[in-house]
Amino acid sequence: MNQQDEQDIRGYYRRMQSAIEELLILKGVFTGADVEREVEAMDSRDPGRGAKMVARAWVDPAYKARAIANGSAAAEELGFAVGPLRLIVLEDTARVHNVIVCTLCSCYPRMLLGLPPAWYKSRNYRSRVVREPRQVLQEFGTHIPDEVEIRVHDSTADMRYMVLPLRPAGTGDLTEEQLAQLVTRDSLIGVALADAPAA
Amino acid sequence: MGAREPVAARFAPGARVRVRRADPPGHVRTPWYCRGRAGVIERICGSYPNPEELAYNRDGLPAQPLYRVRFLCRELWQDYAGNAGDVVEIEIFQHWLEPA
Repeated sequence: MNQQDEQDIRGYYRRMQSAIEELLILKGVFTGADVEREVEAMDSRDPGRGAKMVARAWVDPAYKARAIANGSAAAEELGFAVGPLRLIVLEDTARVHNVIVCTLCSCYPRMLLGLPPAWYKSRNYRSRVVREPRQVLQEFGTHIPDEVEIRVHDSTADMRYMVLPLRPAGTGDLTEEQLAQLVTRDSLIGVALADAPAA
Repeated sequence: MGAREPVAARFAPGARVRVRRADPPGHVRTPWYCRGRAGVIERICGSYPNPEELAYNRDGLPAQPLYRVRFLCRELWQDYAGNAGDVVEIEIFQHWLEPA
């Protein structure tokens, strides 16, 4: 499918979505105010939530262990509601690098990261990261050494995933708040490493 | 309908499984690229209503055990050129799995 076809199809589904939304409002299933409230709630979430969890895990080994054992409970512990989906936290190590995708649609840990970036939903990323993950990561500027194993996590059902990236070197003196600033959205998805501290 | 207990889990972590090579119509959440491929149960995620039923406004019960299955990239893609240890982990419902 070329780009123009893909845009036409998106336009088609957008019109269908508007029509269904209007019908559901007319039938009283929900109101326009309900829709606005949900949109506002979605807009209020951003990757800062995931970054706080990661910074806490970096400074508190007991919290890290709890986050790996039960990601949802660890998110709730910091006051972030997760809802019915289960959160799995994937720890990067010196030997393992994790990256997440949803090849079927665009499942994403919205409760912690907000809306997914456009590339996460693209056919290019979704089809290629399971096929040639090292090349895709390289295109993001992320080189994973050959001896490090890559684990691609395809989010196909009721689980949602967040990567716990490696703590960058030279950050021993930083506060938890400063550490959280190094945790980018892309590092929580696994297409990048956490930022290095400013020199 | 009556109360229905979740289906019992057939596979334990570490078990070798193969994804059924099937092509049922409707809403299916088992990706094409792993059908017919063998992997290892990484963990049991719990039991969830069957999405193939939920998609048609049915209750999806009894709940089906959901697994995370780990596949070597070389099992999924015969010409895979990366590290031999690279893997893809996929959530797959029990009714799509058979012992390998």
